[in-house]
Amino acid sequence: MDRRQFIRAGSAVSVVSALGFTAGCASVSGGAGGKVVVVGGGYGGATAAKYIRMWSEGRVEVTLVEPNAAFVSCPISNLVLGGSKTLADITTPYDNLGARHGVKLVRDRVSGIDMDKRQVRLAGGAALAYDRLILSPGVDFMWEQLPGMNRPGAQDKVLHAWKAGPQTLALRRQLEAMPDGGVFAISIPQSPYRCPPGPYERACQVASYFQQAKPKSKVLILDANDDVTSKGALFKKAWADRYKGLIEYRPKHHLVDVDVATNTLKFEFNDDVKAQVLNVIPPMRSGDVVTQAGLATANKRWCDVDWLTMEHAQARGVHILGDCTQSAPLMPKSGHMANQHGKVAAAAVVALLSGRQPGRLPIYNNTCYSFVSPSDVVHVASVHRYDAEKKTMLAVQGSGGVSPAASEMEGRFALAWARNIWADTLA
Amino acid sequence: MTRVLYAALAAGLLATAGHSHAQDDPLQVRSWAAGCANCHGTNGHAEQGMPPLAGKSRADMTEKLLAYKSGAAPSTIMQQLAKGYSDDQLAAIAGYLSAQKK
Repeated sequence: MDRRQFIRAGSAVSVVSALGFTAGCASVSGGAGGKVVVVGGGYGGATAAKYIRMWSEGRVEVTLVEPNAAFVSCPISNLVLGGSKTLADITTPYDNLGARHGVKLVRDRVSGIDMDKRQVRLAGGAALAYDRLILSPGVDFMWEQLPGMNRPGAQDKVLHAWKAGPQTLALRRQLEAMPDGGVFAISIPQSPYRCPPGPYERACQVASYFQQAKPKSKVLILDANDDVTSKGALFKKAWADRYKGLIEYRPKHHLVDVDVATNTLKFEFNDDVKAQVLNVIPPMRSGDVVTQAGLATANKRWCDVDWLTMEHAQARGVHILGDCTQSAPLMPKSGHMANQHGKVAAAAVVALLSGRQPGRLPIYNNTCYSFVSPSDVVHVASVHRYDAEKKTMLAVQGSGGVSPAASEMEGRFALAWARNIWADTLA
Repeated sequence: MTRVLYAALAAGLLATAGHSHAQDDPLQVRSWAAGCANCHGTNGHAEQGMPPLAGKSRADMTEKLLAYKSGAAPSTIMQQLAKGYSDDQLAAIAGYLSAQKK
């Protein structure tokens, strides 16, 4: 389907759904009916599924398509690498979305989207009809930019661990198997990428593990960016005060290839780096479902959205959440933000399905905690408000900020944040 | 809760017929309050380690939020977040959360 056909298909959809609700349910008292399919059970998709059921008081049918059996949180997953948490600690089942909220859970992958017929096709063969579609698949990786990573077996040997789950455990095992005196090298892609402070937190967690178990070892950070992209001063202070000689930071290291046979990273301008354990966080884009449907219209990587509804700027009836969105200024690709997108989309979808106008002034906040040790934490926070003139979300002037210093108290808040957002998203 | 919401919604619709502020639209306020749920639980029903907000006094919550905003109340994150909302918006959010069952 070329772009023009695709846009035409999109406008046909909105005409049909407009007719749909005048015929069906125009009453003010909420009469929302209709079918919503949500693809992806992460912070964005699971939240949207739950809140649509809650806010439509069960009137909108919601099917959540997710291939994984349980939700594994990316936030806190660096503590599994550091050894202070287990994978079980960061795993939550999907059951409550079904049992408490009546979300229909389908454990499958999407094989294609037919926007003319308003149908999602599943790898298992079934097709799901929708009135509105919510896509929240997270990111997939641009392996084509790293030729060596496409060789057979390369991706099993050099790990990203940038989607929490089996890769998190596998990377932990590589760290445990590494002899003392070895080097762990972590490569960071150019912004934008999922979880800006995540790689620097990871460096702290691995260094903390080395400090206890392998004190002659070293963490080498190779960053494609000009400087630390988030909480820079706080991370640099942690590296200097807590991990002196253990962590080395090298900016402006743009990775162009990986020689998996010799465990060597190759850069555009800098010398090769060989290390015992490599952790390559590749450049990323919208998940395959979104990209293959031709929806990654911004730079072929992300999706432009209407921030009032999270609806795709070109595909009417299709809402995009979380990491896949072309971020508004200063808006990070974070789980917390995806959860907030999920709620804006949920409110808009329920409103649109019942013939009401969606809210005109979305406001959301972001809170992001990073563990610089097993117990001590720093945060960054921000508030984003819709600007009607610029039609985007802007950080509210004077709001937001970072921690003055790392503290154990914020460590307790960070774990409480995790418990609460997991429950808000999934319970 | 439902009846209250719909009554409020009807009022909101009447209000939008003329000119209104977003803090008078109950569904907009519900969405703002949902932004607090990441840390304070769905509809203010917090998990362990965070103060629950459901059913707390509107006046107390408003006062506390304004104290965070002015910097009078010490905090880590709340001072930074409260500054992102107008006083009316904070009061409206407090109103929504206070109306939730404990």
